[in-house]
Amino acid sequence: MATSSIIKFLDSASSKSSVRYAFYLSSITFFATIILIPPILGIVLKWNTMAETFTKPSLMSRATTAIYASFAIAIFVSIIDVVAGLPVAWLVARGRSRWLNVLDTFVDIPFIIPTATLGYSLLLFWNRPEGISSLFGGNLLSPGWLLVILLHFAFSYPVVVRVMAGAILDYKREYEEAARTLGAPPFTTDRTVTLPILKPSLIASFTLAFARSISETGATLIVAGAFENGPILINNLKTAQELGYEGALVFVSFILIVISSLIFVTIRLLGPRLKMPIKKVWPVTERKLSGSRITNLRNALSLIAFFLLVLIPSLFVVLPAVYAIINGTLNKAVVGVGIWQGYWQSLILSYSVGVVATLLNTIVGLPMAVLISRRRLGTKLSSILDVLVNIPLMVPSIALGVSLSIFWRSFAVMPEMVLLILVHLSITYPYLVRSMVAAIERLNVDFEEASRTLGGRPFTVFRTIVLPLTKYSLFAGAIMVFTRSVSETGATLAVTELKTAPVLLVGWVNVLLGKAESPIPITPLDVGLGCGILIAFSFIILLISRLFARGKGRY
Amino acid sequence: MPEVRLVNVTKKFGKIVAVDNVSLQIRDKEYFCLLGPSGCGKTTLLRLIAGLVEPSKGEIYIENRLVNSVPPEDRGIGFVFQEYALFPHMNVWDNVTYGPRVKALGSKESERLGREMLEMVRLFERLDAFPSELSGGMMQRVALSRALAAGAKLLLLDEPLGALDARIRNELRYELRKFVKDLELTGIHVTHDQAEAMAISDRIALMRKGKVLQVGTPQELYMTPQHIFVAHFIGESNFLEGYVSKMTRKESIIELRGGLLVRTLDMKHKEGDKVVIAIRPEVLTVEKGKKRRVNSISGHVEGFRFEGTNVRCKIRLENGDLVLVVRPALMTEWFNVGERVTVSFSVEKNFVFPYPERGLKRELTLE
Ligand SMILES: Nc1ncnc2c1ncn2[C@@H]1O[C@H](COP(=O)(O)OP(=O)(O)O)[C@@H](O)[C@H]1O
Ligand SMILES: [Mg+2]
Repeated sequence: MATSSIIKFLDSASSKSSVRYAFYLSSITFFATIILIPPILGIVLKWNTMAETFTKPSLMSRATTAIYASFAIAIFVSIIDVVAGLPVAWLVARGRSRWLNVLDTFVDIPFIIPTATLGYSLLLFWNRPEGISSLFGGNLLSPGWLLVILLHFAFSYPVVVRVMAGAILDYKREYEEAARTLGAPPFTTDRTVTLPILKPSLIASFTLAFARSISETGATLIVAGAFENGPILINNLKTAQELGYEGALVFVSFILIVISSLIFVTIRLLGPRLKMPIKKVWPVTERKLSGSRITNLRNALSLIAFFLLVLIPSLFVVLPAVYAIINGTLNKAVVGVGIWQGYWQSLILSYSVGVVATLLNTIVGLPMAVLISRRRLGTKLSSILDVLVNIPLMVPSIALGVSLSIFWRSFAVMPEMVLLILVHLSITYPYLVRSMVAAIERLNVDFEEASRTLGGRPFTVFRTIVLPLTKYSLFAGAIMVFTRSVSETGATLAVTELKTAPVLLVGWVNVLLGKAESPIPITPLDVGLGCGILIAFSFIILLISRLFARGKGRY
Repeated sequence: MPEVRLVNVTKKFGKIVAVDNVSLQIRDKEYFCLLGPSGCGKTTLLRLIAGLVEPSKGEIYIENRLVNSVPPEDRGIGFVFQEYALFPHMNVWDNVTYGPRVKALGSKESERLGREMLEMVRLFERLDAFPSELSGGMMQRVALSRALAAGAKLLLLDEPLGALDARIRNELRYELRKFVKDLELTGIHVTHDQAEAMAISDRIALMRKGKVLQVGTPQELYMTPQHIFVAHFIGESNFLEGYVSKMTRKESIIELRGGLLVRTLDMKHKEGDKVVIAIRPEVLTVEKGKKRRVNSISGHVEGFRFEGTNVRCKIRLENGDLVLVVRPALMTEWFNVGERVTVSFSVEKNFVFPYPERGLKRELTLE
């Protein structure tokens, strides 16, 4: 009763353009005051402390090395991701075998499980005696930069495959067929026609992989050892609380935020102008490269890379988890004795924050998505907003956390819980907006115009046409906001003492590695089970989203 | 030389049989049309010839070479897609010279071919334009010159005029035929528009539901349809149901509904067979009042329309059947609705078909 009268009220109110503008403006205001301006002001507030850093050469060189490492790894990993992920995306999108459906689901796994868990799993696999190291009689890989690269490769890989598989599915095959009938063998066709047409998606997948790599903190902490990139340095400085650490903290955060944003804007501006070399053709070589032997070899190598470097290491932690179930650790956990009480609390905290962030971001993100995709306030403002809303993706989350914490704490007594939610809102904001902007842009305007001519008021049109036709993307976006929030580690570490599940697990691993103390002993089985439970929940979410996506069709 | 031969070719997509046991021969330098209602498998047949899909069964020969396992790039074909598929990231020039380039014909030769083909379609001055800047007709011509520049001797056209305005469509169809004839190519043109097919083909294969019903020149399909659907799809026909009531040495007497008797030259059926007589509206004659002639049936005018050169007259016969009569406006009387008239037709200008097993209506649907 009440809802229907509210809807009626909104329907008729939406006819007034003043109401609509007020609505759009409030969503911009929210974006500016909660997401965009606080981190900038946070840095400005502590601007003076930075000067101190310049007087300490050792700290300075440590900072520049770390910043350099961050970008070098992010660029390297994103390139490798695109190269290794493209053939698998191709298989997922084009293959006809039933097995490829399974592969399709597997690909999402490293994306959906919290990165801290992934980090521990990789550590077990590559480093601990329980893992693949046992085959080689010792530590195959010590924590350090190589393990960090493997980790970043694994968790940014699914993004590339997902984006590229979607793009290949949407791609009109006639272009490819036309090239073939004009005499181009498959390799030449892909190089000169298909990939250039898919260039925007290639750039998008590179950008997303880059963003994932540059901003990840939790898992990197677990496998980094003595190695420092930007986020790790921030974390180390924060933990050590050395004299003058604050200046260095702000400095590193500032540089990371600025360079990331610059890279992002550069890609946005120059990406479309990037030319691929398509004029020259080497018929003999390319014909050889088109042969089925080479193609099969390429597919096999990409699949092996996926299983060996991504999937198996990501899921390796399931082994101790299963063992923990058999040996009785599970009972301890279910009863909640010792460390487990804190575990369940952190899990509840993580999921509650996730739900709140998802709901809030859906409410404020939808009008923003309409605003951008339908250019409601002019083309220029829309494209500017389109760039701005994506910036939180690119910014290292721990750096964002540092500046946000400076900003909000300078205000008044801010309850920890509110601070935590604000930070998660910032970090997850782009996901829903991106997903919905893309979906609405794909949606033919004719539907909306038809509905208007049939007498629909603006909000009625949105409610009855736009939303039902884009609900798959809305759902996908919401799931992404939720999973990102649940697995968030870096910014959470930076702003609060509250322990979300990934933060707690990072702590446990530190105890295990002897980097931290704990009053109650923690065993590998505890950590394994802790990770296992988190993965199990993530799986349930993955399955639900898959069912939803399959059942209702994706328009 | 590019002669195309299909032997018992079948293509299934899961349970759908898109092409059903088709055997067909397309001669060298012929302009050939695949005609049929949409969904009948024309595109699939064309794509089979191009090598873009593989047959489930049967053999495809181009120039007497079995090409079943030859990839499209090695079949020496040119394909013009329904929506042209011009590469959006290349300008007109790069699109047109794509074929020579990927075949590494050398830059001199590529340029010569590109220039020649673009001049032929009168688009040489637009070589810098991108596909998105061109009109539909221009895109069509670029797509054509791109296919020709690749050196194709066999040109495959999938509804090449389907996306164009009616005016441009009518101009371009003769041009297509002229290009194919001038360059001595073999052309296979897919269309669902019978007027288009009739106007430009040397021969036509009329398809329905994956099967080829009849192959022949436009005249043959019009004058001697061998299947009731052909009589329906090519031109127009009136269909009258009846029984063969008596056969003589030269004629068969057919009893229509309401006991009306008519005479035809048909000899293919025997007494008692249920049949359908197909009569073109343009061979029926109408006169005022009641007349007694060979094959004349009285009725009254139910509709009368003047449409430029012809008049179209709907007449309800005395047995309740409805027939359409089309006459040149200057060569016939005009009638008022409700007027009593007599309709007659000659014994030879009609076709008699066995009554379709699944009923007349269903046999003639376009699905
Ligand atoms: N790639 C495909 N997958 C499944 N079914 C197809 C495919 N291509 C065509 N079909 C089906 O085959 C039949 C014939 O299609 P098509 O050859 O496109 O007909 P036409 O070109 O005469 O309209 C249709 O029922 C169509 O749905
Ligand atoms: Mg078709």
